[in-house]
Amino acid sequence: MKYSNFMEVSFKALSVNEGFARVCVASFCVQLNPTVDEITDIKTAVSEAVTNCVVHAYPSSNKGDVVLRCELEDDLVTITVSDRGIGIKDIIKAREPFYTSKPSAERSGMGFTVMESFMDDVQVTSNSFGTSVKMIKRICTNSNAEVG
Amino acid sequence: MQIKSRVHNEVLYVLLCGELDEHSASYTRITLDEIFDKPAFNKIVIDLSELEFMDSTGIGVLIGRYKRMKDKAIPIFIANPSAHAEKIFKITGLYDIMPKIV
Repeated sequence: MKYSNFMEVSFKALSVNEGFARVCVASFCVQLNPTVDEITDIKTAVSEAVTNCVVHAYPSSNKGDVVLRCELEDDLVTITVSDRGIGIKDIIKAREPFYTSKPSAERSGMGFTVMESFMDDVQVTSNSFGTSVKMIKRICTNSNAEVG
Repeated sequence: MQIKSRVHNEVLYVLLCGELDEHSASYTRITLDEIFDKPAFNKIVIDLSELEFMDSTGIGVLIGRYKRMKDKAIPIFIANPSAHAEKIFKITGLYDIMPKIV
């Protein structure tokens, strides 16, 4: 029988909410019985995606919202982090290692590289109405998961 | 984030405790610069044994401190990284500029 579950939360694009987003997703994914390493990978990828929303999506002081959705399908975790901000002008360039649109702010420019390294797949869609980052990871060690 | 420091035999030991992300980056940056500006050492060791989480924002903070200390010819080393921190350091190449000491 196919196992399916999802959760969705939204919050203001403030850095103080990054820790909440990480813990929220990690807590939800525990039902798949992931390893500590897998959970840490997911938390890091979520942190990178939410940080992009906090830092880049809403340049004015009037911060908009971030929507964090996590879907579970058997052993597959799909996380979507969306905003309604200004969008990414050049997605290919933004995903290049060490590229940052804010070099003076001591940014490493490695956010997307970390997401890609820690997750199995990362898809980015963006236009002038917002950005959505979809990240997928297969949990390999869920033999003891309590599902259904 | 809590930051503790001590100098021993002209080596500055800095202990980062907590989570290093966008939210704590500004405090970490300012506090480390204040500590690093005291001229009583010729080498820095950043101890990560009590760092619970770090993402690429933390890498940006560390690279920024490296650039400041490079001008003063003071090397920075990393001690006791978690497996998670180590993974990020290897991906980003941080060990090329801040070697790990054991």
